[in-house]
Amino acid sequence: MTTSVIAKGIVPRISRGVGGRSRVALAVGGTLILAWAVIALFWPHLAPYDPVHQDPLHRFAPPGPGHWLGTDQFGRDTLSRMLAGARPVLQVAPLATALGTLAGTVVGLVAGTFGGLVDEVVMRVLDAIVVFPTIIAAVLFVALSGRSVTAVVLVIAASFTTIVARSVRAATLVEREKAYVEAARLRGERSWSLMLREILPNVTTTVLVEATSRFGDAIFAAATLSFLGLGQPPGSPEWGASVSDNRTWLQIAPWTVLAPALAIASLVVATALVADALRSRWEAP
Amino acid sequence: MSGERGLRVDGLTVAYETARGPVEAVSDVSFEVAAGETYGLVGESGCGKTTLGRALGRHLPRGGAITGGRVSVDGTDVLALAPAELRRWRASSLAVVHQEAGSALDPTMRIGAQLAEVLRLQGRTRREARMQVPRLLDRVRLPDPEAIARRYPHQLSGGQQQRVVIAQALAARPRLLVLDEPTTGLDATVQHEILGLIWALRAELGAAVVFISHDLALVGRLCDRVGVLYAGRLIEEGPAGEVLATPRHPYTSALLASAPQLGRTRRTHPLAAIPGRPPAPGEAGTGCAFAPRCTYADDTCRAGLPPLDMVSGRRTVRCHHAANLIDLSHDGPAARAEPTAVDGGGRLLEIQGLTRHYGGTPVVDDVDLTINRGEVLGLVGESGSGKTTLARAVAGLGPQGSGVIRLDGRELAAGVGRRDARIRRAVQMVFQNPDASLNPSHTVRTVLARARRSLRGTLAPGELAARADLDAYLLDSRTDRLSGGQKQRVAIARAFAGDPELVVCDEPVSALDVSVQAGVLRLLADQQRRTRTSYLFISHDLAVVGYLADRIAVMYRGQIVEQGPADDVLAGPHHPYTASLVEASLAPLGKADAYAVGDVTAKDAVGCRFAARCPLRVDGLCENEDPPLITLANDHTVRCHLDATGLPEATALEGET
Repeated sequence: MTTSVIAKGIVPRISRGVGGRSRVALAVGGTLILAWAVIALFWPHLAPYDPVHQDPLHRFAPPGPGHWLGTDQFGRDTLSRMLAGARPVLQVAPLATALGTLAGTVVGLVAGTFGGLVDEVVMRVLDAIVVFPTIIAAVLFVALSGRSVTAVVLVIAASFTTIVARSVRAATLVEREKAYVEAARLRGERSWSLMLREILPNVTTTVLVEATSRFGDAIFAAATLSFLGLGQPPGSPEWGASVSDNRTWLQIAPWTVLAPALAIASLVVATALVADALRSRWEAP
Repeated sequence: MSGERGLRVDGLTVAYETARGPVEAVSDVSFEVAAGETYGLVGESGCGKTTLGRALGRHLPRGGAITGGRVSVDGTDVLALAPAELRRWRASSLAVVHQEAGSALDPTMRIGAQLAEVLRLQGRTRREARMQVPRLLDRVRLPDPEAIARRYPHQLSGGQQQRVVIAQALAARPRLLVLDEPTTGLDATVQHEILGLIWALRAELGAAVVFISHDLALVGRLCDRVGVLYAGRLIEEGPAGEVLATPRHPYTSALLASAPQLGRTRRTHPLAAIPGRPPAPGEAGTGCAFAPRCTYADDTCRAGLPPLDMVSGRRTVRCHHAANLIDLSHDGPAARAEPTAVDGGGRLLEIQGLTRHYGGTPVVDDVDLTINRGEVLGLVGESGSGKTTLARAVAGLGPQGSGVIRLDGRELAAGVGRRDARIRRAVQMVFQNPDASLNPSHTVRTVLARARRSLRGTLAPGELAARADLDAYLLDSRTDRLSGGQKQRVAIARAFAGDPELVVCDEPVSALDVSVQAGVLRLLADQQRRTRTSYLFISHDLAVVGYLADRIAVMYRGQIVEQGPADDVLAGPHHPYTASLVEASLAPLGKADAYAVGDVTAKDAVGCRFAARCPLRVDGLCENEDPPLITLANDHTVRCHLDATGLPEATALEGET
């Protein structure tokens, strides 16, 4: 009793330092993500060159005036390719995250609320998906359906569904045992009403935390698939593909690899910062 | 100064850093505790008791700081010690026992090793420490010290863990011992034993003991002097017996009036809750902090802080009207005895041969129980006796098993999912943990509206809330913003949304402070009187059950050992186990040894389950043969080998005189 009072009121938010840090993280991460989002939308206006335009006279030009981040083996402007590469990533990641989170939430809620045989079957199916390596699934899927944004989104979303479903199911199981759910059962509430009206509002924190964490993963996964040649058609200015194409020339033209690699890193780090800051906010009592 | 022995606190002030600047949680508190003396600090949650207790050892949580005053122990000025000296002083002179014994023990270390560690800090060698451990465990009356020393904390019961923590405190040979709610959450009999132990050890210890509790009656039984703390200030102080018998501050008398006592029932002594809640630190205005809740308050009270006046040689009171309010007798409107109105409606609920298992162990074992229409049946027993499982079985929750439950003569399905809407309306439940029993994402209005819809009730949420004495402005608050008492009121309002015939109350007040508990008990009593609903009311606290119940059933290790009219069960002749419960809540401390807690883990299938702990045991009979059910009077049955003349009786219950 005494401790709960301390936790609730008497002891003030002493975590001012932590709160301040989380504000800074949110600001830095948020700004970075916003910047990349603007670039993804408006890169045709921002890029100094056409990202696929080849200039054989200026192959491997080092960074400098004219080409701020140099050129690659075909004389394409690295800066323009980096800016243009933001769009595919920021198309794939939010879509895959949203889809995976939604599907995972539904699956996890249903498994957790109904329990018993439903839970058993759903969880074994998820297990089966988990043990199947994502990359191999991706290779198979893309080989069968052809390269497209849709294919990449679906592959990433499927692998997220299993992760989100597990978390949501765990949170649902915790809530399901609480007295307010039992009280609803005593009143004769139906299972779907229990699930949507009683339990869902109390697992939203879990869902949001999952969604923000998954967003960073999605960026990384999209870049990885692209690196493996499973993204968009060859020649497109994708970050993963750019790293892959140029890594042969790493020693003579390191900028061609560093630029897209840093772009990936900055976006992943930014989402991680934002995710951490939001999580500490949501999960605070 | 340096020659004095004991604790001396002078003008101690503690403040916490908040977003609105520093606020005082403890203001200008002064008291003295001589070595060998026990001092009780009492007050509701949020009055600064724990902060004060922590400040004595200078271990405040982050953000808190002592901003003024002096603390000296045996002449050592604690607040002036440098960090290294403070550490040495704590090791040699301070011991603190907190509420949750389990979390004070390292779960990865054996009991013996933890005790030896304390001894080694005293400078004892490894061998000496090892030799002393069993002796320490023996001093706190733990059976088979050698075996206990080899166990890990999780292998001990809550009461045993608390004894180990006390043994640790003893090992430190402290000059100052701070006990912060050391028995809250323990069963009545265990609590009685622990308190008896502390009482017995205090002379031996020779330390200044500060005992912190929200339970004024408990403090009165244990302590030499008490200080009542309100909003961070001492508002009354004096010898324990005198303060309890003739409280001079309205708050003290209100606290006393809010605690249920054996022999006082809802019909003769309706409990008076203290309206409102204590102000949070920094919230109190310029006047007397208690004025907003005080029935005697006038403009003087609201204008200025009353001084701490000496009212007699040994007592001080902080009240503007201390001189005028001599007669604050806390008996309340006594003996307005309503007729014991069980309106002859016949049997509502019948339970026959009910058995429920958890993992092969029978938790409820062949229970027969009857609840009449319009009657409150109090079910009392210690934790693990199966009372919650029994209650949940009635509601249709929990594991399934054999036995029959009938409502109005109609057999009920075991699981709530297979009961029809009429039965679900008829049987509702109020749960123990207020924090889990309401959906934290819903507003009060949503909770009540959903209950009304699914139970097809007629009253609007606002009306339901009003009947539960909930202020209208709370209707649109999310339930996670409510206090524990408010949450339980909402839970009660929800249970009454559809005109229930039986409400199962599973320890509805055990998580609440005494003053809040009074209001919730009062509400339950009022709802019962208005609606004539039957209750199955469960508690481990005999005084609480005695307050509300018309009939009482006593449960021990899965069996009902006694049931009958409340007065008869409490007064006796009754079952020896009932006698031990009555004694635990009435008898003076230090007399508890007759009912030493036996090995509660034993699962003997034959004989009386209470035999191992029973002082009236007939050797050779009780442990070998199941006791018969004997009928003592109308509707009063006891499961015991003794006959009516051999059964114990309670020595005169207070309140009946």
